[in-house]
Amino acid sequence: MSVLAQDPTHETFEINLGPQHPATHGVLRVILTMDGEYIYKAEPVLGYIHRMHEKMGESKTWLQFMPNTARMDYLHALAYNHGYVLTVERAAGIEVPERAEYLRVITVELNRIASHLLWFGAFVLDLGGFTPLLYAFDDREQILDILESVTGARLTFSYFRFGGVYNDIDENFIPATTAFIKRLRSRMPMYHNLVTKNIILMKRLIDVGPISKEMARLYGATGPVLRGSGVDYDIRKNEPYSVYPELDFDVPVYTEGDSMARYMVRMDEIDQCMRIIEQAMDKMPEGETKIKKAPKIVKPEKGDYYAAVEAARGTFACRVVSDGTNSPYRLKLRSPTYSNLSLYGEACRGMLLPDALALMGSLDLVIPEIDR
Amino acid sequence: MDLLSSEIVRVLAFLVGVIAFAALNAAYLVWLERKEAAHMQLRIGPKEVGPFGLLQPIVDGIKLMTKQLFIPKGCDPILFMIAPLMIMVPAIMSFVTIPFSETLVARNINIGLLMIFAFASINVLGLLLGGWGSANKYAIIAAARSVSQNVAYEIPMLITVIAVVMITGTLNLNEIVIQQGGMFWNWNIFNVFASPLMPVMFVIFFICSLAETNRAPFDMAEAESELIAGIYTEYPGMGFGVFFMGEYANILIGCALTVILFLGGWQCPFGVAPGVWWFLLKLYILVFTVIWIRWTYPRTTFYGLLNLSWKILIPISLINLILTAGMLKVF
Amino acid sequence: MSKYFGDIFGGFYSLMVGLGITIKAFFQPVVTLQYPHESLKMTPRYRGHIELVPDPETGEALCIVCGMCQKNCPTGCITVAGAKPEGSKKKVLTKYRLNFTTCSLCGICVESCKPNAINFSKDYNLAGPRKEAFIFDLLKRLKEKNG
Repeated sequence: MSVLAQDPTHETFEINLGPQHPATHGVLRVILTMDGEYIYKAEPVLGYIHRMHEKMGESKTWLQFMPNTARMDYLHALAYNHGYVLTVERAAGIEVPERAEYLRVITVELNRIASHLLWFGAFVLDLGGFTPLLYAFDDREQILDILESVTGARLTFSYFRFGGVYNDIDENFIPATTAFIKRLRSRMPMYHNLVTKNIILMKRLIDVGPISKEMARLYGATGPVLRGSGVDYDIRKNEPYSVYPELDFDVPVYTEGDSMARYMVRMDEIDQCMRIIEQAMDKMPEGETKIKKAPKIVKPEKGDYYAAVEAARGTFACRVVSDGTNSPYRLKLRSPTYSNLSLYGEACRGMLLPDALALMGSLDLVIPEIDR
Repeated sequence: MDLLSSEIVRVLAFLVGVIAFAALNAAYLVWLERKEAAHMQLRIGPKEVGPFGLLQPIVDGIKLMTKQLFIPKGCDPILFMIAPLMIMVPAIMSFVTIPFSETLVARNINIGLLMIFAFASINVLGLLLGGWGSANKYAIIAAARSVSQNVAYEIPMLITVIAVVMITGTLNLNEIVIQQGGMFWNWNIFNVFASPLMPVMFVIFFICSLAETNRAPFDMAEAESELIAGIYTEYPGMGFGVFFMGEYANILIGCALTVILFLGGWQCPFGVAPGVWWFLLKLYILVFTVIWIRWTYPRTTFYGLLNLSWKILIPISLINLILTAGMLKVF
Repeated sequence: MSKYFGDIFGGFYSLMVGLGITIKAFFQPVVTLQYPHESLKMTPRYRGHIELVPDPETGEALCIVCGMCQKNCPTGCITVAGAKPEGSKKKVLTKYRLNFTTCSLCGICVESCKPNAINFSKDYNLAGPRKEAFIFDLLKRLKEKNG
């Protein structure tokens, strides 16, 4: 299907997939130069929701920056909490009790399932199927209720602290999570029957938007985009952190590189998340959830520190430069969607408009994360 | 004098009846669609306005009518204004020949079937003029798509109908229904002696009528997530309302035609008491199915749509036509 | 050739399966809550806006006006003021102003309060026509709650 525009002397017209558009999830503007129905050139324009998080980090203290991390990618906010907290803990040399590590892993994986469920619903909505969104949100509501009973928030969590988590779980958490996992496991075949095996959807996704291994590596794509093109790279396995080395899970990798491969990677990741949560709940020890002498004011040594975590969209990395005061000197946040979107301009040359939108949906974009 | 006045009264009564039926249906099919879609998505649809939200379409109509009707600058005003009419009027005109029951037909025209298809072709023109007259890039893309879609799907529809006409030997819709009298296995869909692929023809005809009315999963012309609202982008208030009602009226015509040609029209499945209620029951079951299909499947791409028509539906319907002709000749 | 027919039959079957799933959902009870006719009770840990915790005996605010919540707030939405009454060593709270329009519900203020004088409320039905409706005077609220 990827046929380059036939003739450069054809008359082309420019169309704006504007900042306000039902398909671009957030305020993304793509200037498309189209030759009839084929896309000749695509140029994403960013910056419509730049909120200067990194600059805010320079004027707030280390702890005051916590709410900002959740607002970048609000769908998987706990992973961004985790990335920032890991960096500061490496900088200041704070150790975390084991129960807190397990709580972190369980809540991050629950949040990952919620993010993938929302991506699934919104992706199929872009393609024209309105109903699976509601079914996915039904499951997502249960996750949000569980997380609300623990952390107190539903979307923008400020649950992690340096040296542990904010508070312990209540007694309802483990039964509710076990019941939820059982329910979701019984509903996954329904999703596959309704959506994945549907002939219309298969024709819509198979061989659409191919991204080769080389292109993915060249642009620095990470996460399901990279794993859908055949590269086996997951921060949880390749640069392990927290208690992931003690948990047994697989990393789904598909080699075709088309939109269907990225779709299947994320659906399989939901199954793997459920496995991780079950193991972590079994292995979680009793103990404290925050270190006893949690420093009130964190003052890391001077230097450069880095930590990376695997968020739902790819590698989220955080680099801090500390100058010994109680506020960072420089805070750099590497968002995965920025690199994932950078290959969009080259990947959708010569495609039809609906295919380009299917490709955009399969990249799983969250624009506030790109613009920070 | 006596004959003249009764004829005029009859014509007027049918005029009012047909327009009332079409308008009421167009309004309340919106309610049915919202309620049915809601229950399939595990929620309740409109419920605040009136009991079960039954007054919702009326309130929506009032809202649409009170909006300012402006014509965008740079567009062609005549084409812009005519396009919704070209969708609504043929649909209402086609109701003239549809037999609701044995005696309840506005005009029992001998070439009724041909007349309905002639009016259906004006539909395409309405969409094209609407898109072009809007002077909006998205609308023009949508109009171009919908023209090729409509043309591609008229062909298998007509081939299938030719096969049915070969079996029944008449273009008169009432005659076609009368020939399907008796128990339900006399209906055309089960008539495998005339052609073993008859149920397949029913499915093909149904799919084609879905595509003709630009209804999901073939609604590329109004693909919400790609082209804002496609052809309807620039239409304000009641302009969009008329398009909307025209689409539902077309769905009604398509389903009514399917019922008449394949499912026995106003005949009862047990051959006992034919009447208008059987027609309406079958009609609404088909309309329910149309809405059911819309809310289950994603949208096909443009190439998938055309491939389906040219590579799958047309070969199958041509084979069917030849088979029917062969069976008729031999038996 | 076989792929052609396989596509047709397999595809048709998958479409029928999809229809079956939605019609099954059609007959299931709805899962939505008919708000505002029904409403939910919030969990104990739900983070609504903060409120002052009264002393169980005297009914006064437990706040000692140390200003830690004001200092630690990321957005600076808390303003506290107190005065030392005659002959007492401790300050008494005279003003506690919360600008809820900039509060991010992070919980740093609740965590850093040593006497545990502030806590999250369970209010979620907050809607108002003007921005000023969300500048809360927490001391006044406490007095109104006490009666």
